[in-house]
Amino acid sequence: MFEAIFGRLTWDSIILVQAVEQPNVNTFITASAAAMMPIGGVMIVALLTWMKWWKPLFEWLTSVDHKKIGTMYIIFAVIMLFRGVVEGMLMRANQAVGLNGGFLSSDHFNQLFTTHGTNMIFFVAMPFLFGLINIVVPLQIGARDVAFPRLNQISLGLTAAGGFLFMISLMIGEFSTGGWTGYPSFTGRLVNPGVGPDYYILAIAISGIGSTLTGVNFSVTIYKMRTAGMNFMRMPLFTWTALCTSILLIFAMPPLTACCAMLGLDRFLGFHFFTNDMGGNLMNFINLFWMFGHPEVYILVLPAFGVMSEIASTYSGKRLYGYTSIVAATMCIAVLSFTVWLHHFFTMGQSATVNAAFGVATMLIAIPTGVKIYDWLATLWGGRIRFTAPMIYLCGFFVLFTIGGLSGVILASPTLDYQLHNSQFLVAHFHNVIIPGVLFGILAGIHIWFPKIYGFRLMESYSRITAFLWAIGFILTFMPLYQTGMMGMTRRTVAYEDPALVPWMIVSGIGALVLGLAFLFILLTIFVSVLNRKKLAVPFGDPWDGRTLEWWTPAPTPEWNFAVLPKVNGVDAFTEAKAKGTAYQPIEKYEDIEMPANTYYGLIIAAMASGFGFGLVWHMWWLAIASLLGAIATAIIYAFLPQKTYIIPAAEVREIDEAWRRAARESRGVTRDDESNEANKGLARPDNITNP
Amino acid sequence: MSSSTRQSLHPGLNLGEEHGDDHLEAETSVFGFWVFMMSDLVTFGMFFAVFATTMPLPCCPGPKELFDLGSVAWQTAFLLASSLTSGMAILTLKQEHAAQGACTKKLVFWLLVTVLLGCGFLYREISDFISMAAAGGPPTRSGYLSALWSLVGLHGLHVTGGLIWCLVIVAGILVRGVDLRWKLTLLRWAVFWHFLDVVWIAIFSFIFLGGLL
Repeated sequence: MFEAIFGRLTWDSIILVQAVEQPNVNTFITASAAAMMPIGGVMIVALLTWMKWWKPLFEWLTSVDHKKIGTMYIIFAVIMLFRGVVEGMLMRANQAVGLNGGFLSSDHFNQLFTTHGTNMIFFVAMPFLFGLINIVVPLQIGARDVAFPRLNQISLGLTAAGGFLFMISLMIGEFSTGGWTGYPSFTGRLVNPGVGPDYYILAIAISGIGSTLTGVNFSVTIYKMRTAGMNFMRMPLFTWTALCTSILLIFAMPPLTACCAMLGLDRFLGFHFFTNDMGGNLMNFINLFWMFGHPEVYILVLPAFGVMSEIASTYSGKRLYGYTSIVAATMCIAVLSFTVWLHHFFTMGQSATVNAAFGVATMLIAIPTGVKIYDWLATLWGGRIRFTAPMIYLCGFFVLFTIGGLSGVILASPTLDYQLHNSQFLVAHFHNVIIPGVLFGILAGIHIWFPKIYGFRLMESYSRITAFLWAIGFILTFMPLYQTGMMGMTRRTVAYEDPALVPWMIVSGIGALVLGLAFLFILLTIFVSVLNRKKLAVPFGDPWDGRTLEWWTPAPTPEWNFAVLPKVNGVDAFTEAKAKGTAYQPIEKYEDIEMPANTYYGLIIAAMASGFGFGLVWHMWWLAIASLLGAIATAIIYAFLPQKTYIIPAAEVREIDEAWRRAARESRGVTRDDESNEANKGLARPDNITNP
Repeated sequence: MSSSTRQSLHPGLNLGEEHGDDHLEAETSVFGFWVFMMSDLVTFGMFFAVFATTMPLPCCPGPKELFDLGSVAWQTAFLLASSLTSGMAILTLKQEHAAQGACTKKLVFWLLVTVLLGCGFLYREISDFISMAAAGGPPTRSGYLSALWSLVGLHGLHVTGGLIWCLVIVAGILVRGVDLRWKLTLLRWAVFWHFLDVVWIAIFSFIFLGGLL
């Protein structure tokens, strides 16, 4: 009876119980982490009740507004980033004292590098970028919402369900120990019959389906929802990179879904896809995983490149140099990203010819990437550069990302890869592209677009400190790993015997502390800015003298985005309108606006997906089946319910929009000299210098 | 965005200008579904790729012992015929429902015929699975059999989903009439149904015929 209800879940599966039964360093660490969740949960419930925030909370959770959905993605990502940073710090601390064995058990360490990698890719980087894309893309193409607003909510729900499974493994059971790539046979039923790999499979498969749907949604949005006059070669660069990322999501996520499904069939039903016996072939998993995994790298970094393009032109007050070549380079990278997956396993037995072909293909990617770097440098040349936080990120990116890219070219050579693969050199390389590439782009993006959605800027001084802390922390933590990698230290090492590694490991450990501080500074920046929100308010909505459509609305942007959909005659349409003086002229005709109403669809699907995953992990078959049937029933019921919309009357839109335009015409605005001061209320005035 | 209703707004059968604004609404909806289908196609492609790398083991039965080409021919016939009838349903929708016509009965007739044929396909497929398992070829015997069962089974799952979807549409049309939303759903379902045909032709040629050659 007990087994029928709870499957293989027992009292001992709960981490806190384990800590009481076997008190030691490892269970203490896991138990403290696990305890944070119920404690945090109770505190959040108390806060919501105390502040009477339950109703607003549900208004957010049921919203189909792309700006709110984007914000929820980003909040989710920040919470997961906290976990990821703490895990990284634990691993670096263990290695700093890891001569002849650190304080963590090897099984605990294995779980740490697995969760750290899985978390940072699937639940930090991707939600962060989806958040930015959600917030920015509809505004940049002059649309009121995405093509499928309810599908957008479901994507968020599926990502959250994956995140739920991932987080609950901290409290009940354990996570996989097979690394974020989860290679069988190590994650197979024979070697690892526990719940860890099941959590891993279901968490990434469920969130992966959400990502596929996001890709479909945004590619259709960008294809079909652009405003009048915005043809492809007038789209802002961030939108271009979002389009490329969406296309990559459509084609790269299915291999992940497929290989997770196959590994699941192996584990749950005893199939022989990846087993060592009976005609199974684990190389199939590795190939499928990297057919997803390599494009994934560009899914992450392309939107960050888009942010860098926006920074280069906006913060130097110049039109982007080589627009066409950057677009071409972006597309080129997107296509090439499907042709290089084999470089992740040069050493796994292919012929030298195959390795050489993939090595050359990999090196080719450096060419379009180089084109972009030079285009951004040329954009800065002779510009009116402001050395504010985004520009600091861009400059850090120029130097550090290029080093990371070059170490990638080194690894792309199969002969060198035979020496360097599986070493700390590789760890240094991919952190070197992901932190200065993806994370710098994300943080800069948040700094840029935060005022657009919330109506006030982030404190410039704190943002600059944050930027420098991330750069310094990154250098201290990961540059030593290039050295230790070349000294022969392997990745995922819980203990080592060579004392020569110790100084490097200590430097790296100190760097991890700086990165922890950098994370705290993100929170501090937001906290201090919220306290000073009145002084930092930018009601006119254009704090950085922006060039693209999203700055042509008040801040915070009203739910309908544009009172009247703008018409576009070229790249940088808003800059053109400001130069002609037509940006804030009155509009004659307003029309009623129809917007989709809130719905519980996404929330219900998220709950069902979580139940399905949890039921499968613990073999609670009734829960899994009930959740699956529930999800299907939900879809059918919603097909019969009317799709509610609500009308915002033209008079209301007119009142708000006219007040904003009148105030903008009557105010003087600030030049770029006062961009970071309180005087900046979001209205830009031309500088008195001539731009080249 | 183009506002002309004369042109084809998405791949596949368009509702056409006689449907007025409904035709314009179909552009985003059906195009989006096509994009999703392309993603699904990659999923099938991955299962095909894995199948292509596996070989029947000497220990276990292979294609000669397991495949019943006669039954596979029946399945193919059922599925291709159902594609024709689903096409008839969409043609009815396009040509006779333009002006809120009273041809719901004809539409429902073609949809139910499609469901019937689809059930015929599923019946033969499931009996084949049962006899394969009985002949010593369950998916747990070898890598080849795992790949075979999961690829054919994935297609079967899609067909099952398509049938349930079709029944929901029939119910929807009977309850609410052929309004804009059910028109769009029908168009998307039709893309889905034809897509399953295409995948089946690949399965038929590469797996069943290819396995016996």
